[in-house]
Amino acid sequence: MENYVIAMTVSACIYALMALGLNVIWGLAGMINLGAVGFFAIGAYITALTTLKLGWPIAAGVVAGMAGAAMVGAGVALLTGRLRGDYLAIVTLGLAETIRVVASNAIWLTNGTDGISGIAGPMRGSLSPTQFNLLYLGVVGAIVAVAYVLAERLAHSPFGRVLRAIRDDEQVAAVAGKYVMGFKIRAFAIGAGALGLAGALYAHYTSYIAPDIFVPLLTLYIKLALLAGGLGNNRGALIGAFVVVFFLESTRFVIPLVPGLSAVQGAALREFLIALLLLVLLRYNPGGLVPERLPRIALPEPRSTLTEERRA
Amino acid sequence: MPPIFFEVAQLVVNGIMTGTILAVPAIGLTAIYAVLRFPNFAVASHATIGAFAGYVANVQLGLPVLPSVVLAFLAAGVVGMAADELVLKPYRAAGFITTAIASIALTIALENLVRFGFGNELRGYDLPLLRDWRFAGIRVGPQQLQNLAIAVAAMAALFAFLAFTRTGKAMRAVADNPMLAAIKGINADVVARLVSFVGMGLAGLGGMLIGLDTTIDPLTGFRAILSVFAAAVVGGLGSIPGAVIGALTVGVGEELCLLFLSPDYRSAVGFTAILLVLTLRPRGILGQRAF
Repeated sequence: MENYVIAMTVSACIYALMALGLNVIWGLAGMINLGAVGFFAIGAYITALTTLKLGWPIAAGVVAGMAGAAMVGAGVALLTGRLRGDYLAIVTLGLAETIRVVASNAIWLTNGTDGISGIAGPMRGSLSPTQFNLLYLGVVGAIVAVAYVLAERLAHSPFGRVLRAIRDDEQVAAVAGKYVMGFKIRAFAIGAGALGLAGALYAHYTSYIAPDIFVPLLTLYIKLALLAGGLGNNRGALIGAFVVVFFLESTRFVIPLVPGLSAVQGAALREFLIALLLLVLLRYNPGGLVPERLPRIALPEPRSTLTEERRA
Repeated sequence: MPPIFFEVAQLVVNGIMTGTILAVPAIGLTAIYAVLRFPNFAVASHATIGAFAGYVANVQLGLPVLPSVVLAFLAAGVVGMAADELVLKPYRAAGFITTAIASIALTIALENLVRFGFGNELRGYDLPLLRDWRFAGIRVGPQQLQNLAIAVAAMAALFAFLAFTRTGKAMRAVADNPMLAAIKGINADVVARLVSFVGMGLAGLGGMLIGLDTTIDPLTGFRAILSVFAAAVVGGLGSIPGAVIGALTVGVGEELCLLFLSPDYRSAVGFTAILLVLTLRPRGILGQRAF
């Protein structure tokens, strides 16, 4: 039981990291990313392959996974930067699907749908499962704490302000002399990097990855976390991730209690409820549990009558 | 003639077949985009719904393929119109990002309703087994030819509808300039409902045509969505003739890649096509004129 609770807390932390990353892309910069799971998969596969096949240390593999996801993210943003966001939606979704297709079929590299097993975890061999879980919880918790502080600093820095300006009105930001494209690329790369980091941490925790894990539903979970917690603010992202994991796990226990459902029907009902919840939150709860708070700046009193006239 | 010639010719013929079928849902997607201005990812679940509606008609009710195809169109169209009116419409005011995300959630919800009713197993339509025909060394299946004919007939009907009927012209007017259309007294809500019906109906028809070639399961639509979007983007998102050209390009491209790639990578070809077009000619082959 305690192992289960620890494991769920670890996965909530991994979700929280993803939510923080997606928050930079979606919440701050207002860019769409329908393929969050793709960047998660990139991080997971890069670290699994570099540590297993090239014998890199775990930390190096994790950093490589994060960097790889960030680079792909920058490329995606660069490619679609000048176009309407529709194309970014299509490309990100397509990227996630293509990664899954390639991972399922490049058997020489990824072992196909059988997946990669035996990914090293820090000191997994010399600890009991509970000790390992606790150690990993400590590591992931520390990383999430650092990521949260960084995300907060980012959100309140001039950089974060420009991102919010781009989100609210791209043209105004451009007129104010901001190079919108550059900001978008950096925001997307930072967010994708966090998603990749989460994927890498996931791979070393479970020691097994396969294409089936990286389904589009995972992207919905993260969106759900952000919407539940409050889009555009980092505390909301953290809270939302825990709320979503709690919700997902409780449906796992509640649905089998419904009489007369087969296993497939139960799974279908669960996914249906998740999609429904996302639709409901998207429509009725735009603020989330912790709505985004923007610092209020007192406007200076108008000095001349000229501005008064203009306002009238 | 060298054997490679026949191999390439066979692949091109296959590509035209798959491309023509692909064009049907791609037109549905692009028409919805032209009028409602958001990429509707729910095309995936509506293709699945059409495929299963056709399955119910064909296998469970024992109808022949042609009436089943019509039922697939109608069922997906009605669901599409209802889903747009009841679910997606309120999100449109919040911008296309919210609407696109809502359409993804909608597609997963609908797909799981189908899964709830039918389970995950692969199903096939009740089709007569026919020997392939050979023309000058090139194989063509009679069923494939029938699918091709259905797809071409559906597209011809759509083009005639858009070109000659008052309602079709109203749809094009809204796609071209919504404000001007409103001034001329065209009811945008009615057009939105109509385009959702026709667009999702075509998605359902396309889903059944894809299923006639292979098998169906709740993921039928989602597996095809990358190729469908690739077709629409390659041709120019929002352009109906573009969707046809894009679908043929993607279909032939997917087949020709079999010369040096394993067939499992087929859907990666569509994605590569999207990346290529966005790099070289972002507006697609035909640009964004709706018709």
